[in-house]
Amino acid sequence: MSNEPLLNVKNLKVTFNTPKGEVNAVRGVSFSLGRERLGIVGESGSGKSQTGRAILGLTAANGRITADELKFHDVDLANLTPKQWRKVRGARISMIMQDPKYSLNPVMTIGDQIIEAYREHHKVNAREARHRAIDMLEAVKIRDPERVFNSYPHEVSGGMGQRVMIAMMLIPEPELIIADEPTSALDVTVQLQVMAILDDLVRDRGMALIFISHDLHLVSSFCDRVLVMYQGHVVEELAASALHEAKHPYTKGLLNCLPKMDGDHSDLPILEREASWAEG
Amino acid sequence: MIEISKLNAWFDDHHVLKDVDISVPANGSFGLVGESGSGKSTVLRTITGLVDDWEGNILVNNKELGTSRDKAFYRLVQMVFQDPFGSLHPRHTIDRILTEPVNIHGLGNSDSRVIEALKQVGLDNSFRFRYPHQLSGGQRQRVAIARALILEPKVLLLDEPTSALDVSIQAEVLNLLSRLRRDLGLTYIMVSHDLAVVAHMCDDIAIMNHGRIVERATAGQLAEGSLEHPYSQQLYKAAGGYDRAVVDSFVDWD
Amino acid sequence: MNTQTTISKPGLKQWLTSDTPRSRLQAKCGRAWLGWIKFTENKLAMIGLSIVIGLILVTIFAPLLAPYDPLAADLANRIQPPGADHWFGTDQLGRDILSRLIYGAQYTLLIVGLVAITAAPLGLLVGTAAGFFGGWVDATLMRITDIFLAFPKLILALAFVSALGPGLENAILAIAITAWPPYARIARAETITVRKSDFIEAARLQGTSNMGLIIGHIMPMCMSSLVVRVTLDMAGMILIAAGLGFLGLGAQPPMPEWGAMVSDGRQFLLEQWWVATVPGIAIFVVSLGFNLLGDGLRDVLDPRGGD
Repeated sequence: MSNEPLLNVKNLKVTFNTPKGEVNAVRGVSFSLGRERLGIVGESGSGKSQTGRAILGLTAANGRITADELKFHDVDLANLTPKQWRKVRGARISMIMQDPKYSLNPVMTIGDQIIEAYREHHKVNAREARHRAIDMLEAVKIRDPERVFNSYPHEVSGGMGQRVMIAMMLIPEPELIIADEPTSALDVTVQLQVMAILDDLVRDRGMALIFISHDLHLVSSFCDRVLVMYQGHVVEELAASALHEAKHPYTKGLLNCLPKMDGDHSDLPILEREASWAEG
Repeated sequence: MIEISKLNAWFDDHHVLKDVDISVPANGSFGLVGESGSGKSTVLRTITGLVDDWEGNILVNNKELGTSRDKAFYRLVQMVFQDPFGSLHPRHTIDRILTEPVNIHGLGNSDSRVIEALKQVGLDNSFRFRYPHQLSGGQRQRVAIARALILEPKVLLLDEPTSALDVSIQAEVLNLLSRLRRDLGLTYIMVSHDLAVVAHMCDDIAIMNHGRIVERATAGQLAEGSLEHPYSQQLYKAAGGYDRAVVDSFVDWD
Repeated sequence: MNTQTTISKPGLKQWLTSDTPRSRLQAKCGRAWLGWIKFTENKLAMIGLSIVIGLILVTIFAPLLAPYDPLAADLANRIQPPGADHWFGTDQLGRDILSRLIYGAQYTLLIVGLVAITAAPLGLLVGTAAGFFGGWVDATLMRITDIFLAFPKLILALAFVSALGPGLENAILAIAITAWPPYARIARAETITVRKSDFIEAARLQGTSNMGLIIGHIMPMCMSSLVVRVTLDMAGMILIAAGLGFLGLGAQPPMPEWGAMVSDGRQFLLEQWWVATVPGIAIFVVSLGFNLLGDGLRDVLDPRGGD
């Protein structure tokens, strides 16, 4: 495992052109990523999802991405043609999205979708592809892979659908996975089960992971490092194990305002926002 | 204030509630926790009369509930829904949303009632004639609470009121709900999938799984972590964040 | 394009774009204003709107605009080609075609106006009732709708007019009878989508009656789709009316209804093309105008996009 970073992001900015004026969703985010797990945490409007999408060039048509540097190994992600993107997406960088209801094609069987994802990057015959797909479904701990292979997305539960999504995104064996709120639509126990699967796969295949979420506790218990974002800026970067030593008032405020199970029913501390945080 | 006994309910032959018993004293706060499909929201909907096929006894304020609900009931019991955008009519101004119930029940003084309701939830008059899409999620949820309160009910049913909100906004809304319960002497039944939220807001808690209450606890017992039923213990541990050992101990409940 | 309020913008514009309206009227006007701004960004829609406004203005100012009396026959000047005296020429009775065109606009407007205000509310009522109540109400109303939808519009209109007798009023009635079914379908589809929403349940929980729910809560959600569809249908209505007029079943001579004018000019089509073609072009332009307007409205009123 090399120590060299896979991903280098310097001063990433994403701006959207809307009827109400320009919206600066991401305002100068910088970080580098090695073969590790990086968590990006923020509330709605923090720009965390847009950061993930910008890395994969998935920003909406009315958005503009600029960066001093946006490099994956030596590939300049800011200036790829669609043809070049096809070689990167799926094969080298993959994305897992939040709700399998919306991210899986409802009119194709699960098996067909996984095979399609695989054959996009590997030239194999149909039988081999099917074999690989079933293997992958087993790898994500689906107990009856043949049945799920032949099912449609709406026929399986949310947790199962998310496992299918993981299978689909990992089957081309990318180096980097960006997971955008992959478990937010799931029940709590299912959430953790899906994360365990992700845990195993990422570790076994030596992948890097960017985990985007609003759940600070979940991210810090799963990742190595955490970036806290607020209104398009990174306000704090810390090791996951050092969360209790957070220095920025926003991070501390976020941790404090969570309800606890300690029997204390007095008012929760409120996050008092400072204008200075938005200036980064 | 609320006495539910032997409540059973069905949706198209699925037995969704199985012998549910709940008792909430006046000015009390009762929490129902469970994952999806546990039936927790169905309990609320049975109380409000939105479920057709049910059996059992439901007493609110010592009156037995039957198959339909009358206006007097709506002045006693109100509900706050989970989705702050879905629960407000997108084409109605906030003023209209708040005035409508006042007019339906012929309460009069709608102007002052609307202003007072907005004040109670911490919104000033500038919000009165806006449309829901012009408000943030937290503000919309406050409007939903104001709408529930404008009929001066005694009971508030809260269906995951903060699940769709950012954590910092959730804290504000939960504080608001606590204050309102104190100031107005309300009785709450709160449904959530989040054990911490329910532990913070409620005196008594019931944990549901597949339509049944598997365990009851007080907030104090929850604080000590002294839960007995294996499902409750699993839920409790799951609330602690990602821990591989914990996940490996999970069982799929059926 | 900036619609934010600034302290220094005076008068009406500030009132319309205020973030904190002081009354429901102000809120509604502000919303309409934003919709209007969005609409004006669409060039084609503006062209459509201009055509429709043009139609209305021509109707209102017909007496001032028309150079000649549309009904005055001048047999010495029969079938004159377009020229300085008669910009669009004259027809087989020597009547000025331009003047007939101008006075004919009112019939076009009358037809689309009356059909829209009768068929649309009927369709809305049937559709929302069917969607809201479901069960046998839905089944009955939808089967009735299906029966009407089974026939091609022109054939059905023909049948009605034949039964009722020729004439403009009967033609309008016949078109209205054939126009309402799609609106019922649209309203029903919207109602079914909306009726399980939380805001409907919340209203029910406040004690709103079924009637109150349908009229106050569900119908407003159907309006956008309906308005768009009605506007787009107007082109078709004009064509059906023209078709009926062409067949002699709509407006009766000597009314200068455009369809009837096309019919009259049929026999001269090869040599004296202007008699039939000019009213035909007018029909085309107005239909196009309504189509463009409808498309523009759809872009602005799309309910799923919110505002």
